[in-house]
Parts: sequence; structure tokens; C-alpha cells
Amino acid sequence: MAADLVFYFFSAITVGAALGVIVSRNQVHSVLFLILAFFNTAGLFVLLEAEFLAALLVIVYMGAVAVLFLFVVMMLNVDYEDLRKGAIQHLPMGIFVGLVLLAEFAFILSGIHVDGHQVHAQAAAQVSNTMAIGQVLYTKFLLPFEIASMILLVALIGAVVLTHRKRKGVKRQVIADQIARKREDAVELVKVAPGQGA
Amino acid sequence: MSLHHFLVLGAILFTIGIVGIFLNRRNMIIILMSIELILLAVNINFVAFSHYLHDVSGQIFTFFVMTVAAAEAAIGLAILVAFFRNRSTIDVEEIDSLKG
Repeated sequence: MAADLVFYFFSAITVGAALGVIVSRNQVHSVLFLILAFFNTAGLFVLLEAEFLAALLVIVYMGAVAVLFLFVVMMLNVDYEDLRKGAIQHLPMGIFVGLVLLAEFAFILSGIHVDGHQVHAQAAAQVSNTMAIGQVLYTKFLLPFEIASMILLVALIGAVVLTHRKRKGVKRQVIADQIARKREDAVELVKVAPGQGA
Repeated sequence: MSLHHFLVLGAILFTIGIVGIFLNRRNMIIILMSIELILLAVNINFVAFSHYLHDVSGQIFTFFVMTVAAAEAAIGLAILVAFFRNRSTIDVEEIDSLKG
């Protein structure tokens, strides 16, 4: 079936890109692999008829978050090879934890049976995905929506506060000082006798 | 293409994210990216359940997960930049100034 092929295509690239993120030696390549993984996940979301979230993933994740990572990676002058030293000694532990996790997931997934196609709770509603989200987002989920906006506001202000710094030796305008300046502070009248100047 | 396909994909992505944290446990940027991968796996699960249960709530929750992930990335990278400015490294094992 065509949808199956598309699913395997997108998911294979997503898994490959995710592996690329964690094993890549170059940080910039890691970020680019992350962008690839996000993009293919957006394709999977389209396959799941979640078009709005697919667009959101492309705009917010690829357009904002991944570019933020790219900025930071390129801005910081870090010796990444030095950071990879000793990574090999953590590899057995990582693989062990990964295998345990995968075994647990397989155990869980073999046990559940969700046959969702028999559930037709709101099959009659023939609205687009974006409209369906909008209909519940501003009514049923209004309070979480407002809280999410507050979280974003806090993150915005927090990021500015964390990274803002006052540089020493930079001349800047202080209007209060300018207004408080008196004539006596600035100008000094000196009586100079002829021939005594210089 | 059933629900299980997507759940397996989510499980694999989640595991890759966890292994990534172990593999690059000194590099804070890769750890943040691994966290993004983990959240992506969670999002895939949410959207898959939303599709197969015909309930849009899963997509709403994905929306909130994305919000928190974006905020987390912004704050995490801001802390990273502030730390790099002070110590000239992003090695996680060096971030122990509060230990006293």
C-alpha cells in the first residue's frame, strides 16, 4: 500500500537522522540532522492527518528552535573533540540502558491492543484539522492555553535576563545625568591676565 | 500502517534520545538535542493515538508539549551561553560550582 511505503520512508529517515544527531562528530551536522528528523516527523504527522501540527513542527521547530541551536553552536568557540573524550567508556552503559528500554517497550507494545478504527465518536464532524483544533483549544483547553502563553512569556524574559550583560567601558546615554547637570559643573570662567595664558 | 507502527517508531526515537544522553554526557548541546528527540518521540505517540482514537485532544497536548519544549530550549541555551561566558567551556562535568 502506498501509505505504508510513505510511512516506512519517512520513519527510516527519521531514525537515521536521530542516530546522526547523537553520533555525529561535527556539532553543525548534528543540528542539521535534527532538522532532518523534525522535517520527516512533520511528514509523518501529515500521514496521520494532523496537518496543523505538521506545519507547526516545520515553523516552530525547524524555523525557531533548530536555528537557535545552530546559532549557539556556531557562536560558541568550543573544542568539541575534547568533549568527546571518554565517550567510549560510557558507550556500554548507554547501550545497556537502551536495550533495557527497548525490551520494556517491546514488552508493553506486545500487550496492548487498540483498535481505534472501530471508535467513531465524532466521525460526523467534517471539519478540517486546524478548525477542529481551534474549536477545542479556545473553549475546552482555554486555561492550559493561557498558561502556555505565560510559560512562553517567562521563557522570553528569562532568556533575555540570563544572557544580558553590562559591558564595561561602553559609553551610553544617561538622560537623568544629562538633566541633573548644572552650569557650575560644566563651565569654569577663569580670569586670565594678559600674557599669562597658555 | 497501524497504531503499532507509530508506537514502535516512537519507542525507537525515545531510546535513541536516551542513548544520546549517555553517549555525549559531557556535551551540553547534544544533551539538549537529545531531549528534543525524546519530546519528538512523545509527540509522535500523542498524534498517533489522537488519529487512531479519533480524538483531537492528543494533538492539543502535542501543542502544549511543543510550547514547553520551545521554552526549555530557549532557557537551556541561554543558560549555556551564560555559562560559557563565565567558564569558557560547555562540559557538563565542569558545571559543579554549586557543589561547594
